[in-house]
Amino acid sequence: MSRQKKSVRKGTIVRLLKMLMGYFPKLLPAIILLIIVNAVISSIPSVFQQKVIALIQEAWEKQRTWEETRPAIMRNVAVLAALYLCSLAAGFAFNQLMAVLTQGTLAKLRDEMFCHMETLPIRFFDTHKRGDIMSYYTNDVDAMRQMISQSFPQLLVSLISVTTILCIMMYYSCWMGMVIILGSFLSIHITRVVGGKSARYFMAQQKYVAGVEGVVEEMINGGKVIKVFNHEEEAERIFDQANEELYEAAYNANRYSNTLMPILNNVSYIIYVLVAVTGGLLIEFNVRNVSFSGLPISIAVVVPFLGMSRQFAGMIQQISPQINSIVMGIAGAERIFAMLDEAPEADDGYVTLVHATEKNGVLTETDEHTELYAWKHPHQADGTITYTKVRGDIRFFDVDFAYQPDKMILHNITLYGKPGQKIAFVGATGAGKTTITNLINRFYDIEDGKIRYDDININKIKKGALRRSLGIILQETVLFTGTVMENIRYGRLEATDEECIAAAKLAGAHSFIKHLPQGYDTMLDGDGSNLSQGQCQLLAIARAAVADPPVMIMDEATSSIDTRTEQIVQRGMDALMAGRTVFVIAHRLSTVKNSNVILVLDHGRIIERGTHEELIAKKGQYYQLYTGAFELE
Amino acid sequence: MRQLSGSVREFGKPAVLTPVFVVGEVIFEAVIPYMIALLVNDIKAGCGIEVILRYALILIVMSLASLLFGYLAGMTCARASCGFAKNLRHDVFYRIQEFSFSNIDRFSAASLVTRLTTDIQNIQMAFMMIIRTAIRAPLNLIMSFAMAYYMGGSMALIFLLVIPILAIGLYTVARITMPLFRSGFPKYDALNESVEENIKGIRVVKSFVREDYETEKFHTASENIRKIFTKAERILALNSPMMQICIYGVMLFVLSVGSRQIISTNGQALDIGQFSTLLTYSFQILSSLMMLSMIFVMITFSAESAGRVCEVLSEESTIRNPENPVRKIEDGSIDFDDVSFKYTSDAEDLVLEHINLHIRSGETIGIIGGTGSSKSSLVQLIPRLYDASEGVVRVSGRDVRSYDLEVLRDSVAMVLQKNVLFSGTVAENIRWGNKDATDDEVKHVCRLACADEFIDQMPDGYETHIEQGGTNVSGGQKQRLCIARALLKQPRILILDDSTSAVDTRTDAKIRRAMKEYIPSTTKIIIAQRTSSVEDADRIIVLDNGKIDAIGTSEELLASNRIYQEVYYSQNHQEADEAGISSLQEVTA
Repeated sequence: MSRQKKSVRKGTIVRLLKMLMGYFPKLLPAIILLIIVNAVISSIPSVFQQKVIALIQEAWEKQRTWEETRPAIMRNVAVLAALYLCSLAAGFAFNQLMAVLTQGTLAKLRDEMFCHMETLPIRFFDTHKRGDIMSYYTNDVDAMRQMISQSFPQLLVSLISVTTILCIMMYYSCWMGMVIILGSFLSIHITRVVGGKSARYFMAQQKYVAGVEGVVEEMINGGKVIKVFNHEEEAERIFDQANEELYEAAYNANRYSNTLMPILNNVSYIIYVLVAVTGGLLIEFNVRNVSFSGLPISIAVVVPFLGMSRQFAGMIQQISPQINSIVMGIAGAERIFAMLDEAPEADDGYVTLVHATEKNGVLTETDEHTELYAWKHPHQADGTITYTKVRGDIRFFDVDFAYQPDKMILHNITLYGKPGQKIAFVGATGAGKTTITNLINRFYDIEDGKIRYDDININKIKKGALRRSLGIILQETVLFTGTVMENIRYGRLEATDEECIAAAKLAGAHSFIKHLPQGYDTMLDGDGSNLSQGQCQLLAIARAAVADPPVMIMDEATSSIDTRTEQIVQRGMDALMAGRTVFVIAHRLSTVKNSNVILVLDHGRIIERGTHEELIAKKGQYYQLYTGAFELE
Repeated sequence: MRQLSGSVREFGKPAVLTPVFVVGEVIFEAVIPYMIALLVNDIKAGCGIEVILRYALILIVMSLASLLFGYLAGMTCARASCGFAKNLRHDVFYRIQEFSFSNIDRFSAASLVTRLTTDIQNIQMAFMMIIRTAIRAPLNLIMSFAMAYYMGGSMALIFLLVIPILAIGLYTVARITMPLFRSGFPKYDALNESVEENIKGIRVVKSFVREDYETEKFHTASENIRKIFTKAERILALNSPMMQICIYGVMLFVLSVGSRQIISTNGQALDIGQFSTLLTYSFQILSSLMMLSMIFVMITFSAESAGRVCEVLSEESTIRNPENPVRKIEDGSIDFDDVSFKYTSDAEDLVLEHINLHIRSGETIGIIGGTGSSKSSLVQLIPRLYDASEGVVRVSGRDVRSYDLEVLRDSVAMVLQKNVLFSGTVAENIRWGNKDATDDEVKHVCRLACADEFIDQMPDGYETHIEQGGTNVSGGQKQRLCIARALLKQPRILILDDSTSAVDTRTDAKIRRAMKEYIPSTTKIIIAQRTSSVEDADRIIVLDNGKIDAIGTSEELLASNRIYQEVYYSQNHQEADEAGISSLQEVTA
């Protein structure tokens, strides 16, 4: 189990590196090279420092004057200065390139994620919580940034330095090297214990932060209700409890993270002392040295070791915090890759939607925006192309559907939506009204049966073309951040201002838009919070109107808006429906009454169908409900 | 700042102890390298194991002491900063609970949530830095410099040259990058919001086949952010070469000038051990400077958060309890004597103008009027959710401002138009009205509000869990639960502010009938869009533009009032439709 997990991790790292390489085929190798060069260069100066110190010592012992030693020292200092310059240049280049690489990677990654997300089927969005998808873009990308910009280079540098120093240590003395290595293991162990605890508590803290957030959100959004019910003390009690939990978790998390550094720092001093003591003991008892150089233990061996022990400890201190962030970064990368691996919406359709002109009954394709749409149908068998007029004729033949294979939602749905007809769906929540409309635009694919659009199986129509030919008004209006004009133009990007305004007039939105502070240029928040619900609906109608599709799917809003606005919305809807095939999930009887066909749905089956008059005359379920309501009056 | 420090309270002790421990830690940290220098010198001089062991003992004691101080500082710092944040959250939340409706209106709910979470989190981080790192870094700098001077003498003066140069450099970088980050972060937030918008509106995006368009839009925004952040990070990346230049400079200086001093003075002014320790100190001094520049940036960022939190703390509630409040309300009569009202004192237009109105105890009053006719504003004055700007509102013959707020609001139950349920069971939600109510009482009010029928059908009946915001019940069900909740208060006055709009007309009528039968002595005020909801009221008030247009029974108004006629007839050709279809759904549900 854990081995499997490990190999997944390995796979993730490889994939991550491949991805980086793909993004920056030149920059990445350059950066890696710079890191190595930098690591090597920065370990050389200590050699020359040592040389200078040795020269001083020699001069001191042999009572040489400054003038005598000066040339030798200055020569070394000059070499050192040159090395510093190289290191500076490499460091500078590395830092600059790294900034470009990090931000570039994040931008490309975000683009790739978003681009991929847009291709995913509706099922993905129905089965993943919005907050979870958002956290790919926020938390996970953040974790990756940390890993790419800091942890990876840091780790690489440290690994090179550690290896170099390790080799040098073995060159001088294995005994003393052992002391340092043991000390390092101790440091790493402390980091794992203390750091692990800290990480665990930070995770817990995250949970309690969410808890406090939940309480706060609920209590503040319900602030007015709390006032009305004198419930302040109760709210405070609930809040205090969540707050106390958060405090405990936050305290524990910070306690461990705050104390890690002082512990490691002082442990490194203790190791230093141990190295010195070991050295002293080795000399004192004249222990035989084990080393690659074959040098006997002497002061000349012990002193450099003292320096190296500090350097080594410094490395360990630098790597330790990176390990946590690498673990988190990989976990983030795994989640992001999982999303990128989600299969995009499949589209095997080949019939496309084009504008056309008609002359003597012959359709010709055109680039202009004409009133007439045509299906362009290439035939693979003989390579010919035929054009058929888009009429808006939609038929279901024995359609079955299930979201999950074992749980059928729709059974044997057969219906005919002839051009210009209005088909109303009536039924309880969960009867399958919305599901049917989701099949028409192929948000979901049917299990069995057939859906034909102008006599073409909709599976043969390219999804984009199919959806362009279908207008949709959802129950809950979604607008996008941008101006009013941009929101209307969303229906057809090439629409002129005049066309958008005409659509707004048709929808009955023009009069309120005129009264907005900047008219059509007024900026809207994403959730349309600066507009009333009714106004949002009017904009959605205008948006659909500018697209001017032959078929409309509408889900009437149930929410109550004041009678006046409701009438305006109703008029807008009516204007939009005129002359189109319309599928409407009806919540108002006026809509139902005016429909050509009413389909009464119950548990995924059509239980009654007909016009209002027919259904009343039939005296079935529809009639009973309808007349039952009349007893009220 | 002073306002915030008031929240330290019981965590004052750790907050003061932290810097004390930090001082101890820093002193040992500065002395240890010096001891090490002495040790190195003695080892080089060929001292025996006894000397080494003596040093070892001293050093181990010192590092254990330093460890202890560091550990204690870390602990107290964590306690002080987390505790401070806890108290601050507590204070802000309690302050918000004191807010009146007009205070709540002034801040949006979302902004209050951010202040309580993200902003206080930032302040906690800054506080942690201030009591620990902000003490540690300069102290470390001073101590290291002192030690360097003590050992290196005049050589340490090089730092007097290097420190200001580096300080200016770091400060400049911080000053240049800060505005970049400040303009970048909101853009980054906006980008994430646009992702969220896309997830929410994916059906619209796909219906209009706008995937490419959205991707292009996203790419432009993302590219913009990349440019800003790359620029900022590239400037920020200058810090490390700057640091390197200084360290290398010091090294070269020390090596060339220092070696001359050692040799020409024959090791008297500076010996070799001190020489290498000087390099350690130079590193400590410069990294302290780096730390300081980081603190500077952090504190500047969190100052904005502190400002936002203070804004809430200094907001005074506009409605307060009177000095000697009246604690009993005799009956449910209501009087408006020449009442005018506007939401803020600097608003130009009056929302209500010269309202005179007298309601007898036990009367049922309907209120009708278009959007913006101030129906809600009128009734919100009764339980003092807002105070009248002019004139007097009386309940049971007394000015509402003379009552104890809690008593007043307990006697005047109001079902708000924008109502919410809270996470918890159905019964828990109903008991908001009276937490000591028996199960039978709870069931009784649910029956009155016609909520019993659907509660009984829920999987766990009254113990069914309601999700946050009541997302797992329908609009009509939510409204009925809210009415039941208000009924449980057994109020003298019951106000329904458009509270049955999502309930079908038949159930609506049933609820009204139940109220008439079971709580006849309670004054009932019903605001509605539908005339059918108020038709059987004793009197109906027609509001228009903040003024009373007419008062009378439905018949009287139908005969004489133009607005009422309009609303009545516009609805009544639809009325049958609405009634039909809503019951169509309710019954099949």
